[in-house]
Amino acid sequence: MSKDVAVLGVGMHPWGKWGKNFVEYGVKACNDALKDAGIDWKDVDFVSGAETVRNGYPGYVAGATFAQALGWSGASVATSYAACASGATGINAARARILSGMSDVALVIGADTTPKGFLAPNAGERWDDPDWLRFRLMGCTNPTYFALYARRRMDIYGATEEDFAQVKVKNSRHGFTNPNARYKKKFTMEEVLGSNMVADPLRLFEICATSDGAACVVLTSMEYAKKHSTRPVRVSGVSTVTPTFPSTVIEMPNFSTDSAYSVPVPDTEFRDSIAAYAYEEAGVGPEDMSLAEVYDLSSALELDWYENIGLCKPGEAEKLLRDGDTTLGGRVPVNPSGGLACFGEAVPAQAIAQVCELVWQLRGQAGERQVEGAKAGITANQGLFGHGSSVLCTI
Amino acid sequence: MAANETVPAIEGWFTEGDNPALIGTQCTQCKTFFFPREETYCRNPGCQSTEFESVELSREGTIWSYAEHFYKPPAPYIAPEPFEPYTIAAVELAEEKLVILGQMAKGVAHSDLKAGMKVELVVEPIYDLDDKTHTVWKWKPLAA
Ligand SMILES: [Zn+2]
Repeated sequence: MSKDVAVLGVGMHPWGKWGKNFVEYGVKACNDALKDAGIDWKDVDFVSGAETVRNGYPGYVAGATFAQALGWSGASVATSYAACASGATGINAARARILSGMSDVALVIGADTTPKGFLAPNAGERWDDPDWLRFRLMGCTNPTYFALYARRRMDIYGATEEDFAQVKVKNSRHGFTNPNARYKKKFTMEEVLGSNMVADPLRLFEICATSDGAACVVLTSMEYAKKHSTRPVRVSGVSTVTPTFPSTVIEMPNFSTDSAYSVPVPDTEFRDSIAAYAYEEAGVGPEDMSLAEVYDLSSALELDWYENIGLCKPGEAEKLLRDGDTTLGGRVPVNPSGGLACFGEAVPAQAIAQVCELVWQLRGQAGERQVEGAKAGITANQGLFGHGSSVLCTI
Repeated sequence: MAANETVPAIEGWFTEGDNPALIGTQCTQCKTFFFPREETYCRNPGCQSTEFESVELSREGTIWSYAEHFYKPPAPYIAPEPFEPYTIAAVELAEEKLVILGQMAKGVAHSDLKAGMKVELVVEPIYDLDDKTHTVWKWKPLAA
C-alpha cells in the first residue's frame, strides 16, 4: 500500500513583525491554501493545528481557534505541540487520518505572533524545569547550543568564520526575491563578519530572529487529489522520531547528554535518524534529492544538517558549501527559500513553511529561486525535548 | 561591609570544599549514570529499575565544545552589573560516558580553550540575591 498523500494546496502569510493577532495570519494562509487547492473550506473534514505557546489559550487550542475563525463546519480537530517540530507533527496527524481512510481532506495550519529578542523561558520560578534552570544556573541561551555545535566544527573539521558567514550570504541571495521572506537584503561577507559577536563564534547576522507568520497545507488522499489535479505533489515520507537511548550529543534545553556507560551508542545518532526515517518511508535516498530545506537556526547549523540528511559525510559540509553545491544552480541547493536566515522563526508555522517551499519548487512555481527540474525534496528540523521533523516530497 | 553569606544556587546538585564534585545518580540495576539526578524511573529503555544511588561524578573531563557570551541573556539569569562576558563549555566525562554543560571559571575566554582540553570542576559565585552569594559548579582548565 502506498503511504503517499497529496499536497493539493499551500499558502502562507508573509513573515515579519506585523504586530497583529496570530489568528489573522493563520486565516490568510488557510484561505490561500484552500484557493490554491481549489477546495471549499466546508469540504475539509480534519483540521490539524500546530500550537503556539505565546498567545494564550487560543494558541493552545490552535486547531479549534482556526476552525472557529473560518466558520464552525463540524470538522474533526486536533492540535499538536512539538516546539519547532509542531508543524511536522501536525502534518503527520493529518496524514495518518488520511491513510487510515478516516479523512479525505485535511488542513494543517500553524501561525505565530512572537515577542521581541531572545526566546526566553515562560515567567515564574520553576526549579524542576530544565528549560528554566539552564538560564538561571548557567545563562545558557538557545544560541549557546548553536555556538557549541559551530565551535565543534571549527576545532574538529577546520570550519572557519568565513564558512559560517558564507551560509548567510548564500541564503540571503536565495531569499532575496521570495515574497514571503521577512529579510530581503543581499548580505555581503564583510557585513556578516562585521556584525556583533553574540555567542562566539556566532555573530548577530548568523543567528535567526523570531518572526510572525503563518503557513498552511491542504493534504488529501491520492484518490481525492486525482479529481482536482493531474500531477499533485506527494508527501512520500514524514519523520517525527524521538532519539534512541543513549543520545550522546548535547541538545537544547538539557544540562547533559545521556550516559553511554551501560548501553552502547546507537549506530545512527539522533539528528541523522530524523531524515533517515523519511528516506526509508519514501524508498529513496539523499542522492535522489533535488533540494533541501533545513533549519538554519544558526548559519553554522546548516552545515551540520548537510551531513545529518546525508548530502555528504561528516566533516565534508564545508567543502560542499565552498564548491557551491548547495547554492542555487549547484548540485543540491539547500534553503532555496532563503531559510530561517531570511524568514526568522515563527515556531508553529516553520516546519509547514518548509513544505510549502518544497511544493512550489516541485511544481516549478518558485520564480527566480526555482531549482531547475526539481523532482524530490526533503525538509529537516528538530524541536526542543527530542522531536525529529522531516517531510519528504516527490512529484 | 560584611561578606555575604554563601549558599549553593541549587541544593543537592554539587558538593563544596577543596575537591567539589557534581552529584548524580547511578541506576542500581543497569549502572547508567544520570545528571541531573534521576531518582524515579531508569531512562535506559531496557531497564525498569526504580532504585538509584547518589554518586559523585568525575571531577575532571575534556572539553567537547565551548561558547563565549557577549550579550546579557534574558531572565531568569541574574547577570552582574556591569555585564561581563562568560563562557559555557560542554565537558565529556570519560568514566560516566556523558557530556555536562557548565560555565567556565570567571575570566576564561574562548581563546583560552580548544576541544579536547582537560578541565576540572570548581565551585564559584554565579549571582547575588537577597544579600546572599549564590554558587554553582563551573569548569576550569587544568594547569598544564
Ligand atoms: Zn537502569
